[in-house]
Amino acid sequence: MTTAAALAPSSATLPASAEEYTSSNSPTLLDSARDLWSYRELFFYLAWRDITIRYRQTILGATWAVLQPLITMLVFTFLFGVVVKVDRGGIPAPIFYFSALLPWMYFAATVASAGNSLVSNGDLIKKVYFPRLILPGAGALVGLADMAIGAVILVGMMSYYSVLSWRLIFWLPLTVLLFAFSFGIGVILSALNVKYRDVRHAIPFLIQIWMFLTPVIYPTKAIPNQFRLLLALNPLSGIIEAFRWTVAPSVPLDRSSLSLSIGATILVLAIGTIYFRRVEAYFTDIV
Amino acid sequence: MLREVLVNLFRSTLRKQPKEDRQILWALRDVDFQLQAGEVLGIVGRNGAGKSTLLKILSRITRPTSGSIRVRGKVASLLEVGTGFHEELTGRENIYLSGCILGMAKKRIDAKLDEIVAFSEIEQFIDTPIKRYSSGMKMRLGFAVAANLESDILIVDEVLAVGDGEFQRKCLRAMSDLHSSGRTVLFVSHNLAAVHSLCSRAIWIDRGCVKGEGKPADVIKSYLAAFSATDDIVRDLTEVADRSGGGDIRFTRIEILTADRTSSAAVSCGDSFVVRLYFDAKRDVVQPIFGLDIQTSIGIMVAQVHTHNSGFDIPLLRAGSGHIDVRIDDLNLVPGRYILSLFAANYGHIYHDVLPNCVAMEVQTSNRYGLMRGLQKNPIVMFASSWEMGQRRNGSHSLPVQASLAGSRS
Repeated sequence: MTTAAALAPSSATLPASAEEYTSSNSPTLLDSARDLWSYRELFFYLAWRDITIRYRQTILGATWAVLQPLITMLVFTFLFGVVVKVDRGGIPAPIFYFSALLPWMYFAATVASAGNSLVSNGDLIKKVYFPRLILPGAGALVGLADMAIGAVILVGMMSYYSVLSWRLIFWLPLTVLLFAFSFGIGVILSALNVKYRDVRHAIPFLIQIWMFLTPVIYPTKAIPNQFRLLLALNPLSGIIEAFRWTVAPSVPLDRSSLSLSIGATILVLAIGTIYFRRVEAYFTDIV
Repeated sequence: MLREVLVNLFRSTLRKQPKEDRQILWALRDVDFQLQAGEVLGIVGRNGAGKSTLLKILSRITRPTSGSIRVRGKVASLLEVGTGFHEELTGRENIYLSGCILGMAKKRIDAKLDEIVAFSEIEQFIDTPIKRYSSGMKMRLGFAVAANLESDILIVDEVLAVGDGEFQRKCLRAMSDLHSSGRTVLFVSHNLAAVHSLCSRAIWIDRGCVKGEGKPADVIKSYLAAFSATDDIVRDLTEVADRSGGGDIRFTRIEILTADRTSSAAVSCGDSFVVRLYFDAKRDVVQPIFGLDIQTSIGIMVAQVHTHNSGFDIPLLRAGSGHIDVRIDDLNLVPGRYILSLFAANYGHIYHDVLPNCVAMEVQTSNRYGLMRGLQKNPIVMFASSWEMGQRRNGSHSLPVQASLAGSRS
């Protein structure tokens, strides 16, 4: 039923540079990238929203961002320094744990919030258009704020123990790597979560187990040789050990596991974005 | 969305369908139209017809299963008021968030912030978290943001259905401002009068297909005509599908009777008549309110007649069947076709049965209010009236000094 009858065509004209959009069943990578770029403000706004509301109407406010790693660190120091003695290779306990806990907690928080981001923002998805990739992305951005606060505390601790080192500068590229990896995992989980809600229940469990498989509580050295390869397969091992290397003068940098982590991150990002783009079209119908 | 699928499911099972189609439920089928810049397109149709799905596709929220859309210009969609609002944020913060979600750049929001706050009329509470706002305040804030969007194309879905009269009037004014500003608008609404006055073009969608297209008045007429297909004087209401409400009271039948309730009759202009509404009450209902709305054939509301306004209080309605009569005296509607909507409710927006546009009533001509000649521009009502010529200084009159129409009180 073609309708070309133009009743009272208006005199309003669009500028030649007006955006044009044609739906087809598979937008190109360039289109998606352009789309994401035009919505970049929303990306920061959603992250800002999540950060702002977190500590509204609380007494402690942003101190919560510091208390969590701090208290965990104290508990670990007691448990694994006194009760079950773990050889830390001469690194002061608070630094040993804190430097690993900060990136670990970022990873855990990001995976949890990014993984659920699509479902918890379901109402928004059903009402407005924006590139859906922004949602897990905003989740990944939010955790950085907590990590930044924690990093300040870490610097304080390091000067207390007189181990302040220039290698702290590597936190910047390492954070980028960590962000990329967490974002990639978050993207995959969020896309899966829309269709299979089991993911939401699986995430806390997954994180728990993952922590034991990552050298957060113990140094890699403590693992017997035959299992060290297995540990190295966990991309986070390389990243966390690298974080620890920046604060501990005695630990040599494990380049091979770090390279593995970089490779795994790229892989995860690629798989994540491909899968996400493939199922994005149907989110609205099933969220 | 789910509701639309379910309603389509219901309809599909009633129709005979070829075997392969039975598995697939199309929310929209073979929809094909073009919209030029500056046009205001109204989309009408029953609940579940596919209108919201169409808007979602045009807003890029969901993709068509087959076919394509082509959009030129920036699109802003208003599928609900207060999109993106978060309870913990203040009004001001929500303006930024919502504005950004709806596509406004931060710089634009900064520039328009004062305008938006003024439009919303909640300046003094703008820095309080919106979880403290009343629902009316939230709506005003949401609409203030929406009304100040700057996009080439605006897609609006029944946003005007919520809110009190004052708010709706404000919305309509904002909509007509948009219209005159030359923006392209797609407008889905059940408020047919609004569609009629705001839109330059209209489409009627029924069960996923475009059933009518063209001038708003024509499309609305054919849309309403399909509703109340018969103007029987007695109508069985039990099978009417388009109804909502809790269900404690259900209308079963409607009859139009003469004023002395002896027999059913057609109604003429100026008649007194009785509308008898039969109902079933599933349980005892305290203080129910019964009412009917009368609209013209293009959806302009003429009258609302209900027990609450008439002061007819029913302390307790016992479970069981029964009927209630309303007598209307000296009907002064211009002859023509009118559409009735019925409702049974309780004060406080508790609806038991709502049947929008369920019955048509044809008002026949009569001389009660005049000779019915020379009427222009489709008036809706007639009044008992009389004319009198003033005294002239000279000459005699060649016409009666007073001419009173039948029906006047002189």
